[in-house]
Amino acid sequence: MDIGGINPVILVASLMVAAVPIMLAALGELVVEKSGVLNLGVEGMMIVGAICGFMAAVGTGSPVLGFLAGAVGGAALSLIFAFLTQVVLANQVATGLALTMFGLGLSSLMGQGYNGIKPPLTGKVPFGPLSDIPVVGPILFNHDWMVYASIALVAAVWWVLRSTRLGLIVRAVGESHDAAHALGYKVNRIRLACIAFGGAMAGLGGAYVSLVRVPQWVDGITAGAGWIALAIVVFASWRPWRVLIGAYLFGGITVLQLNLQAAGSAIPVEYLSMSPYLVTIIVLVIMSSGKGRASLNAPAALGQNFHAAR
Amino acid sequence: MLRRTLLTSAAAGFGLALAGAAAAGEPMDKVKACFVYVGPIGDGGWTYQHHDGALQVQAAYGDKVELQWQESVPDGADAERVLTQMALGGCNIIFTTSFGYMDATNAVAAKFPNVMFEHATGFKRDHPNVSTYNARFYEGRAVQGTIAGRMTKSNKIGYIASFPIPEVIMGINSYYLHAKKVNPDVEVSVVWAYTWFDPAKEADAAKALIDQGVDVIAAHTDSTAPLAEAAKTPGVIGFGQASDMAEYKDGPRVSSIIDNWGPYYVKRVGALLDGSYEQIDAWEGIAGGEVLIGEITDAVPADVKAEAEALRDAIAAGTYHPFTGPINKQDGSAWLADGQTAPDGDLLGMGFYVEGINGDIPQ
Repeated sequence: MDIGGINPVILVASLMVAAVPIMLAALGELVVEKSGVLNLGVEGMMIVGAICGFMAAVGTGSPVLGFLAGAVGGAALSLIFAFLTQVVLANQVATGLALTMFGLGLSSLMGQGYNGIKPPLTGKVPFGPLSDIPVVGPILFNHDWMVYASIALVAAVWWVLRSTRLGLIVRAVGESHDAAHALGYKVNRIRLACIAFGGAMAGLGGAYVSLVRVPQWVDGITAGAGWIALAIVVFASWRPWRVLIGAYLFGGITVLQLNLQAAGSAIPVEYLSMSPYLVTIIVLVIMSSGKGRASLNAPAALGQNFHAAR
Repeated sequence: MLRRTLLTSAAAGFGLALAGAAAAGEPMDKVKACFVYVGPIGDGGWTYQHHDGALQVQAAYGDKVELQWQESVPDGADAERVLTQMALGGCNIIFTTSFGYMDATNAVAAKFPNVMFEHATGFKRDHPNVSTYNARFYEGRAVQGTIAGRMTKSNKIGYIASFPIPEVIMGINSYYLHAKKVNPDVEVSVVWAYTWFDPAKEADAAKALIDQGVDVIAAHTDSTAPLAEAAKTPGVIGFGQASDMAEYKDGPRVSSIIDNWGPYYVKRVGALLDGSYEQIDAWEGIAGGEVLIGEITDAVPADVKAEAEALRDAIAAGTYHPFTGPINKQDGSAWLADGQTAPDGDLLGMGFYVEGINGDIPQ
């Protein structure tokens, strides 16, 4: 059963948990970028979501309210970005970077006095005897409900973007805001809504870090997860199911390299640590070779502000 | 280029003027003490303890000391910039509290000869105004290893290591040697996290160890995340690292190593105030009060607790050195002969595992 001293079942089960925060954040950012906005503030929104979720969960004793508060916190922070980029038309890259720094500082301020407190436990979904099935049980039926919710959200985003009118509008705004505007869609309002959705998802991801993965609050708890989420969006070439794959890959490699070490493997850890990023670069090179931006699938209006001149 | 040279010399001159009174031998009325931290103060571990030490300085000297600190300063170029800014900003003494600041500290110290620099856990003192200070954490690791060896049921103990530097390797060796001494069947698994502070990764590292059957976890990283992860699995115990981490007393934390920097900081700033300041290379341990062993909880049987405390007291009294021969290196070659204790130089440059540890130290 064990490969190189590592039990693959336990590995898969733990990488599914490790991938949840980056998957949620990347999914939100995917929608934001699909609408033509580049929000580099994912890390900031995640960490504000992490502290908001933590405070609410500790205050009310309910993890569900904690996750809700995390989403609201992330969305609230993203509205600052939305105001700056959609209303006063500030540069998106600079504003996004500023949002990350602001979020890190704000979360640190809000988190004063929350060090060393333990949040209420997020329960596992009771599958009863199902979770005792060998191999399948630990992988599929032995997680907390956020793991399932995150996969459901991937499916929902995929379906909405692909098959609904709403998805079409979002994509239209991201591909050509002038055309969408000419058709009578309120480009900036739609983008604002997408940004808020992205913020909420990043907040959820952050709350998962502080409530489930690390279960505690420390400053800087997300430790760069937001940047990985940004990389995953590119890696996934703006497709929801590939976000899931990307998150499992990135999350999996982190878990795998630690497991390999614990099992005493001889593979140098540095190679594994850098492999997700290498893969991202390779994917970018492959995708951008030949047919250019179209094959890269990047939204055509990504990063461009829209001002209705007429 | 000329402009840059001009600026640098102006900067140096400014620093000189501001810090002129800091020249050794002259008492000072007021000292501005500055601290550079590698993580956030709220990490609950390493940086938290350094900041606690800084606050003790303030408490000891009141108005005569002005504190300044900066959190989460990465190693490398950023550190140099922060240090230069502090030196220009009138700091009389700057404590750089992470191994990674070593070169930056020495580089900036060369430019500001009248500002005193104190680098934690390093070994470079290129200039007369650079002192180094460290604590003998391996003494605490010996106590932890004893508890770990006695408490493990799977005979697998784990160590979450940060970076492959002598201080960490020393800790692993001491931990293993003392676990082995009380439990010859014990094996240690080492996971290199390559970070001082990344709670999610630290938690993952703890989880990876637990998945491998490890039931006693010691961490050399700064946050409380490994303990939080250990708390999820019944029967797994761990130790507080750098700080007491007493909030996990009801759970996995059975003891801890507490870095107590306060007395050293108070002494050094005091020396600057009364004019007796000199360059030193300080390395105190349990005896000097820099390393404290946190309360051993009731989860540990009384006899094990007594054994661990006896070891602690023997180290404090100077009758026992955690690295006492015979000890062989991992490859089987002799390191210490019977009864010989490790010279400090060997410890500070330690780049090898002792015999019995599996795996390689990453290069």
